[in-house]
Amino acid sequence: MADVIERVKKIVVERLEVEADKVVEAATFQEDLGADSLDLVELVMAFEEEFAIEIPDEVQEQINSVGDAVKFITERV
Amino acid sequence: MFDLSGKTALVTGATGGIGGEIAKTLHARGASVALSGTRKEKLDVLVEELGERAFAVPCNLSDAEETSALVGKAEEALGAGLDILVANAGITRDGLLMRMKEEDFETVLNVNLQSYFRLAKSCMRGMMKRKSGRIIGITSIVGVTGNPGQTNYAASKAGMIGFSKSLAQEVASRNITVNCVAPGFIASPMTDELNEAQKTHILSSIPAGKLGEGADIAAAVAYLASNEAGYMTGQTLHVNGGMAML
Repeated sequence: MADVIERVKKIVVERLEVEADKVVEAATFQEDLGADSLDLVELVMAFEEEFAIEIPDEVQEQINSVGDAVKFITERV
Repeated sequence: MFDLSGKTALVTGATGGIGGEIAKTLHARGASVALSGTRKEKLDVLVEELGERAFAVPCNLSDAEETSALVGKAEEALGAGLDILVANAGITRDGLLMRMKEEDFETVLNVNLQSYFRLAKSCMRGMMKRKSGRIIGITSIVGVTGNPGQTNYAASKAGMIGFSKSLAQEVASRNITVNCVAPGFIASPMTDELNEAQKTHILSSIPAGKLGEGADIAAAVAYLASNEAGYMTGQTLHVNGGMAML
């Protein structure tokens, strides 16, 4: 779990070019971290690659925050 | 200028007159090409003619699953991610609307427009990752001007333009461009079927005084596919001898 959080954070920091301390679990990608809809798609793609999982479209729509992503990924890996 | 060395391209409808010229032109400019069409034998002849860097990937674009799998198949044959998609395949089922069957409308929309959606969609992931890509839809002048007897075909071609403009806006920030080329009257097996009176009538409406050639279209495609066209997106290049100036 802790490992997932760190890896997710690292990807978010790289992709969205935001400060690491802003990437907390409660942070939402779009409102808090300034991602646009295309960034979100890219983030999900990056998660899929990093964790070698598939994130279905229905789930993508529900991943709005860092915590959402961590939760989903933790359940899968 | 317009060098495509090291690039990969998928051309659908490559067994047609225009598609064949597009394939040859992209290949001649250095691209590796995957060529799709329904007529396997004609594809093989074209692939053989081109020699190295050419691969046949037969596909029936009226089949949704086959179409969605085509980009993957092409990438496998090419041994690399796809840089350039040329959605060129198209069919007609002409007839006055009053006599047009629901099926004639659906089939044309499916093969011409929905396949464009499926192909473009299946390129997206790879192009987004590589932050580069060229999507080129071969539409038609009638998609903009209309043509009696072609409500279905014109709707599908106008649809391609609207689709391209929307997708262009979605992915422009990732260096993926989406453009259309709209041929006017191009000499092809399709126009060969016209009778003399029809041809004379058509020529009178073309300032250039002649039908276009597949190579005229291919040249526009080669430009849009090139690095030099990186700032061009959401556009439709009209190649029609001045028949309609838009």
